[in-house]
Amino acid sequence: MSGFVRRNAWVIGLFALLAALLVVTRIIQPSYGSAGIVGLVSAALPFAFAVAAQTVVVIAGGIDLSIASMMALTSVTAAVLMDGASPEFAIVAVGLVLLLGLCLGAINGALIVITRVPDIVVTLAMLFVWQGAALLVLPSPGGAAADWLKAMVVGTVSIPGVPSEITQWIPRGLVLLVACIAAVFIPLYRSRLGLSIYAIGSNNLAAFRSGVAVGRTRIAAYALAGLFSAMGGLVLTMSTGIGAPIPGPYLLASVAAVVLGGVALTGGVGGIVGPIVAVFILRLVRSDLTFLAVDPNVTTIVEGTIMVVVVMFGALLALRRRKS
Amino acid sequence: MTTTLVEAGTPPESFGRRIRRFMADYPIVPLIVLFVILVVVLEFLRPGIVNERWMANTVKFAIPLAILAGCQTMTMLTGGIDLSVSTVATMSAFIVATQTPVHGPWVAMMIAIVPGLVIGLANGIGAGIFRVHPLIMTLGTGLIGIGFLQVYQRTVIATGSVVPDFLAWLGTGLSGGFPNALLLFVPVAALIIYILRGTGFGRLLYAVGDNERATRIAGVRYPQVIIGVYIFSGFLAAIAGLLYVGLIKAPSLSLAEPLMLPSVAAAVIGGTSIFGGRGGYPGTIVGALILTVLNTLLTILQMPEGLRGVLFGLIILVVTAIYIRITSDT
Repeated sequence: MSGFVRRNAWVIGLFALLAALLVVTRIIQPSYGSAGIVGLVSAALPFAFAVAAQTVVVIAGGIDLSIASMMALTSVTAAVLMDGASPEFAIVAVGLVLLLGLCLGAINGALIVITRVPDIVVTLAMLFVWQGAALLVLPSPGGAAADWLKAMVVGTVSIPGVPSEITQWIPRGLVLLVACIAAVFIPLYRSRLGLSIYAIGSNNLAAFRSGVAVGRTRIAAYALAGLFSAMGGLVLTMSTGIGAPIPGPYLLASVAAVVLGGVALTGGVGGIVGPIVAVFILRLVRSDLTFLAVDPNVTTIVEGTIMVVVVMFGALLALRRRKS
Repeated sequence: MTTTLVEAGTPPESFGRRIRRFMADYPIVPLIVLFVILVVVLEFLRPGIVNERWMANTVKFAIPLAILAGCQTMTMLTGGIDLSVSTVATMSAFIVATQTPVHGPWVAMMIAIVPGLVIGLANGIGAGIFRVHPLIMTLGTGLIGIGFLQVYQRTVIATGSVVPDFLAWLGTGLSGGFPNALLLFVPVAALIIYILRGTGFGRLLYAVGDNERATRIAGVRYPQVIIGVYIFSGFLAAIAGLLYVGLIKAPSLSLAEPLMLPSVAAAVIGGTSIFGGRGGYPGTIVGALILTVLNTLLTILQMPEGLRGVLFGLIILVVTAIYIRITSDT
């Protein structure tokens, strides 16, 4: 038990911070309840998928600047495919879009491996490419989403036999998020690929000498990031009902949540739970500031400062650990 | 006699190998060749477009990008990056335009430089002392800067904005066919090249980027070097903002934002390694010119905006990949 606590101290701390923030929210806004939670989840959902994408790549020792663009491209593709199509076809569309995301990510990874250009530069260049492709697919916001898909991210779950007093606290978006991430991460953690991703992130050369197929693993990590980006893009289309070809503000937020979530930018350390909790913390801070009637522009300053201070604190801890 | 020696020793170098070695020794040559090719393609597509006016225009638009790319070059040499440059440039541009009606142009320019220095100092402290990854640190300070700018905007709504005549003259004016912006850029470029090649500080930038551990053991005060380079980078970005507002003449809260990623791209195309320790400013200048001409080329072909983005990204990638291939392993 104490071993578990020590190993997951950072994540447990994040959960405690989230709980404390929820209490604070309740104090400053006594009416904050289940509706507030539902709103929080729907605001955090696209960020959470962006962060999941960034997490995989950062654990593998890389970084992906093109996640927001991939989300825009997959979002408009989904909106165009579903425009005027039957609800049944939407299932095919979802499958196609997820496949597209996987391919986009795999292209990013393959380019990094083949050209040997640094990952920052490749994903920076691909940011322009995917963003341009999104504009080619859909020059201005439009398209449509199937109704049953839109319903998946709205409101709360209803489980037969469970009273609504309980289910009103469980937003559908949260269920969707947990299901999607668990469906990818639980098999990944148990597989050889997952171990290889951690290995190349922590020591590329050692991994290579231990027989890890470094190139293939890196491509797989980026492909998974593409898959999560596609999920994020789908969520964007589902929650807005249309596709917009302009990338959202997900780059900075994803990197910040990854760092706050205890994933080292040098690679090889961390998990998925921390970054996801971190997303909710960052979103909750934002809504708290709104409840306090802080000028939304000041909110940007506070948010940025929190992020920078958190990152500095994390870096300081890492420095201490290295010295001792 | 000599023939037997050659036979006994290493085989004579093939022509291709010699070219590769030449390019590895003078990496700026292939860049200039690429630049010339782009200009020739442009002239071929639109005969007569390459004239004096076009050249002056290209240089005018390339200069703010080249200065911002200078920030990237210097920080990238230390293994860092400065993503707050676009925010700093926007801040200085916006502040100078809104303070001029109150304090006059010269004081306004002084005030406009200050945020750049402050953000640079913060970046340097974060990256140098706390050892935060510069990518994160500068993104964060950039975000904070934008927040401050938005708050500031509401306090000066009544004053209106004026672009000082001097900056407009500097940004858009021509003297004898040469853009006036060169009056600012030539000294700035000379200063950057002098710092990198002729001073101990410049050598430390290369050394820190190449092998940080070794420089530490050799007694280099790492935090001071890093703080120094980020403050200088903030200063340069503020100058670029002043020039850019003179060129565009319409201060807004997202004025220099579109220059951020191209500034990184210009430094990378120019041969500066993003991992530090390798590169220089002359290549970056050519990189900025290449990107500017490329933009004109894609605009002239009347491609849809999306296709332009796709080609822009692919060309950056291809150029960098080829560049890395020819300049390494020889």
